[in-house]
Amino acid sequence: MTVDLRPLAPEVVVAAAALLALLADVFTRTSRARAVWWLVALVALGWAAGAVWTAGEGAFGVLYARDGLANALQLVGLAVAAGGMLLARDYLARVGLDRGEYYALVLLSTVGAMLMVASQDLLFLFVALETLSVPLYVLAGFARDSHRSQEASLKYFLLGSFASALLLYGVALVYGATGSTGLARLAGAEGSFPLLVGLGLVVVGLGFKAAVVPFHAWAPDVYEGAPVPAVAFMSVLAKVGAVGALVRLLPLTLPHLLPAWQPLLAALSAATMVVGNLAALRQTNLKRMLAYSSVSHAGYLLVGVAAGNGTGVWSAVYYLAAYAAMNLGAFGVLTFLERAGVEADEVEDLRGLADRSPALAAAFAVFMASLTGLPPTAGFVGKFYLFMAALQGGLLWLAVVGVITSVVSVAYYLRAAYAAYLGPGRAGVRLHPGPWAGVGLGVSAAATLLFGVLPGPLTTWAQRVAALLR
Amino acid sequence: MTSWVLSTTVFSPLVGAAVLALLPRRDELLRVVALATSLVPLALSAWLFWQAPRGEPGFWLAERASWVAPLGITYHLGMDGISLPLVVLTAFLFPVALVGTWDAVRTRVKEYLLLLLLLETAVLGTFLALDLVLFYVFWEAVLVPMYFLIGLWGSERRAYAALKFFLFTMAGSVFMLLAIAGLYLATGTSDFTRLVATPLPRAAQGYLFAAFALAFAIKVPIVPLHTWLPDAHTEAPTAGSVILAGLLLKMGTYGLVRFCLGVFPEMARGAAPAFMALGVVGILYGAAVAYTQPDVKRLVAYSSVSHLGFVVLGTFALNPQGLAGALLQMVNHGISTGALFLMVGVLYERAHTRALEAFGGVARVMPTFAALSLFVVFSSAALPGTNGFVGEFLVLLGAFRADPRWAAAAAGGVVLSAVYLLWMVQRVYFGPVRPEVRTFAPLRGHEATALLALVVVVLWIGLYPRPWLARSEAAVQALVHRVTASVEAHGLAGGAR
Repeated sequence: MTVDLRPLAPEVVVAAAALLALLADVFTRTSRARAVWWLVALVALGWAAGAVWTAGEGAFGVLYARDGLANALQLVGLAVAAGGMLLARDYLARVGLDRGEYYALVLLSTVGAMLMVASQDLLFLFVALETLSVPLYVLAGFARDSHRSQEASLKYFLLGSFASALLLYGVALVYGATGSTGLARLAGAEGSFPLLVGLGLVVVGLGFKAAVVPFHAWAPDVYEGAPVPAVAFMSVLAKVGAVGALVRLLPLTLPHLLPAWQPLLAALSAATMVVGNLAALRQTNLKRMLAYSSVSHAGYLLVGVAAGNGTGVWSAVYYLAAYAAMNLGAFGVLTFLERAGVEADEVEDLRGLADRSPALAAAFAVFMASLTGLPPTAGFVGKFYLFMAALQGGLLWLAVVGVITSVVSVAYYLRAAYAAYLGPGRAGVRLHPGPWAGVGLGVSAAATLLFGVLPGPLTTWAQRVAALLR
Repeated sequence: MTSWVLSTTVFSPLVGAAVLALLPRRDELLRVVALATSLVPLALSAWLFWQAPRGEPGFWLAERASWVAPLGITYHLGMDGISLPLVVLTAFLFPVALVGTWDAVRTRVKEYLLLLLLLETAVLGTFLALDLVLFYVFWEAVLVPMYFLIGLWGSERRAYAALKFFLFTMAGSVFMLLAIAGLYLATGTSDFTRLVATPLPRAAQGYLFAAFALAFAIKVPIVPLHTWLPDAHTEAPTAGSVILAGLLLKMGTYGLVRFCLGVFPEMARGAAPAFMALGVVGILYGAAVAYTQPDVKRLVAYSSVSHLGFVVLGTFALNPQGLAGALLQMVNHGISTGALFLMVGVLYERAHTRALEAFGGVARVMPTFAALSLFVVFSSAALPGTNGFVGEFLVLLGAFRADPRWAAAAAGGVVLSAVYLLWMVQRVYFGPVRPEVRTFAPLRGHEATALLALVVVVLWIGLYPRPWLARSEAAVQALVHRVTASVEAHGLAGGAR
C-alpha cells in the first residue's frame, strides 16, 4: 500500500526548517549570518502557509485529517509563528539571547500545533500536544541567567506534565469504553460513564494548555517570568492548538453527546471569563495583567465551543485569528521597553510612551481596545460572533456573562492604554525600537483594524470550517 | 441612485484626522486644518438641509453597500426628517466648539484635535446608520475618543470621570449588542428598514426593547441612571463638554426615537407612561439639584439632566406635537447647553475656578460677554423668542394631550429652570464687582464668534422655527402613526423605500 504523504507537506517544511535552524547555529558565528538563517525560517513558514492555502482536503490514514478546520487553524498557527519570530529577533539580539535554538523551538512547537488541530486520533493528539508543549517549556526558560525565567520554565513543565498525564489517562478511559482512540470510532459512541469521564479528562488536559480556569494557575507566573517574545508566541499558539483540538473533539465529533459536554464547557467558559477578568483588574504588572487577560480570552473562545453549533465553531476560528493579531501586538509593544537592564513590565513603565513614540502608543491603544472588544476592531467582531453563537445555542446566560465581563475588562485595558498617554515617563525606562518587531507590530495593528472594519472576507474564510459540522 | 454624500459627510473628519496625523506638530497649523476639516461636514449638511424635501416621511437619501457579506449585514446610511436636524446640529457644533476653545488646549494639541475629529465621524455615523450592527459600531466608537478627551485634558478628577463615563455607557450598550444579535437571529437581518417591516417574535420583544431602552436611557441620561453625567461633564475640557452635552446625549434620545419607537412600536406604547413619568422626574430632579450646585459647570451639567427630561417626555407623549417638540428640543439643548459650556469655559479661562462664589459683577467687566450669555441663558430657560421656548412649548402641548398631570408637573420644571439659571446669572454677572473679576481679560475674538454663532441660531429657531419643523414633520407624523396605530401597520414609518 502506498501512502500519499503530500497532505503532510506543510508540517514537513516547518519541521525541516526547525532542524535547519538548529544546524545553522552550529555553523554560524556572526549575527549577520544568523539573520540569513532566520530569514530562511521565515520563508519556510511562508512556504508552508502557501502549501496549506493550496492544499486540498484529504486524510492521511486514520490519524490525520487535512480538512477545513486543519487548514484554517494551521494558517493561523503559521501566522503566529511568523509573528513570534518577527517580534523575537530584535529583542533577543538586544538581550544577548540571539541563538538559533530559539527559532528552532518556535518552529517545532508550531509543528505540534499544526498536528494538534489536524489529529483524528486521541493518541496522535497526545503526541502532537507534547510536540507543542515541550518546546514551549524550554522557551519559557530561555533566559538562562534569569531566575524568574527558570522558575517559569520549571513550573510550566511540572504542571504541564501533570496535565498531559491527565489527558493520557482520559485517552485510556476512552479506549476502554470504545475500544479505539480514533475519532472516527468515537463519532457514534454511546455516552457511557467511562467515556464521559475520559472525555472530561481530555478536556482538562487541553484546558490546561489554553489556560482555562481552574487549570490556569500556572499562566501568570509563567508569563511573568518568560521572555516577552516567547510569551507573545506561546499565549496564542497554545490556544490555537488546544481550542482547535477541542472544536474537533466536541462539536465536530461528538455533537450527539452535546447535552453531556455542553454544561461542562459552558461552566468552564463562564468561570474562565469571570476569574480571568477579575484577577486582571488587580494587577499592576503588565505581563501578569496580560496573562490574566489571556486566561479570560480562553473563556471567550470556549463560548464558541460550548455553543456547539456551526456559528460557534467558525466564530472560535475567527476569534483565534483576531486574538493572534491583537495579543501578539499587545505583547509586542512590551518587547521594545526596558527598565534598568530588565524587561519593563509594570503598567507604570508605559508612562510617557506617547511622547517617545506616538505610533507605538497608538498601536498599543488599538490592541487594548480590541482585547476589550470595542469596535471598530477585530476583537469586537469576534466577540459579537461568539455571543451570537451562544444565543443561537440557547446559552443566553453565557452571553450575558461574556458581555458583563467585557465591561469589567474595560477598567484594566483602558488603564494600560491611558498610562501610555500620561507623562512624564518613568525614570530608567528606555525604548528600543526594532525594525523587525516594528514590522510585526505594524502587521498586527493593521490586521486588528482590518478584521474589525472589513470583517467580511475573514468571516467567509472562517465559515468554511462550519461545513464540517454534521 | 447612490450619491455617497452621506458617507462623505461622515468620513471627511476621519480623512482630516489622518491628514492631521501626518502633519508636523505646529499647533496653529493643526488647529486651522482641524477647523477646515470640520467645515466640510458643515457645508454638506447645510446643503442637505437646504435640499431636504418637505412632506417626505421616509428616507429620502440612502446609501447601501455590501459590508459583512457572509452575514448579510450591510453598510447602510440613510437620512430622513429625524436624523437631518441632528446631523446638522453635529456638523455645526464641532466647528463652533473648535473655534470657541481655539487655544484652550495647549498640550498634545495634535492628539486632541485628532480625537475630536474621530469623535465627529463616530457621532455623525451614529445618527445616519441604518444597520443595527453599523449603528453599534459608531455608537461604541464614540467612547474611546471621549474617554481620552476627558482623561487627558480634563480637570482634577479626570481619570475617575473618564472611566465612569466609559463603564456606565458600555454597561448599557453591551446588552443592546446582545439584543441586536438576538434580533438578527430572530429575523435574519439587522437592517433597520427591513426590521420595521418584519414581525418580531412576541415573547422576546419585551427583553429586546428593554435592552435597547437601557442603553439609550443611560446615554440620555434618564434619572436614576444619570450619575455618570455630572462627573464627566464637569471634568471634561470645554470642547469635550460641549460635544458631550450637545451631541452625545442626543445619541441616547435619538436611539429612543429611532429604534425603541421605530422597531418596537407596541412595546414603546406600553412603556410610554413609565417613560413620561421618568421624564418628569428627571426634569424636576435635575432642576432641583442644579439649584444646589456651588460649581457653575456642575450646575450646567445638572441642567442637562432636567432638559433631557423634556425630550423624553415629549418622545413618549407619542403624538406629533410631543415628538416634534422632542426632536426640536434635542437641537435646542445642543445649541443652548453647548453655549452654556462655552460660557463656563470663557469664565474658567480667566478665573481658573468654577466656583460660583468666585464670580460677581462680570457684566461690568465683560459687557459683550454678558449680553451674549444672557441670550444663552434665556434660551436654556425657554423664554419666548428663543429656541427653547418653541421646543418646550411643543413638548408640553404634546404631554398635555397625552396626560395633563405630567404636563402640569413638567411646567413646574420650566419655572424651576428659570430660577436656577437666573440665580446663576445674578451671582456671576451682576452684583458688586469682585476684585479677581476686575482683572478679567475682555472677550476674545474667537470666543465671541462662537457664542455669536450660537446666539444667531437661538434666535433663528426662536423666531422662525418653521424650516426646522417642516423638514421633520412628515417623518414625525409617520412614526407617531406607526406607534399609535391600533393594528400593527408594518412598513409604514420610515419604511423601506
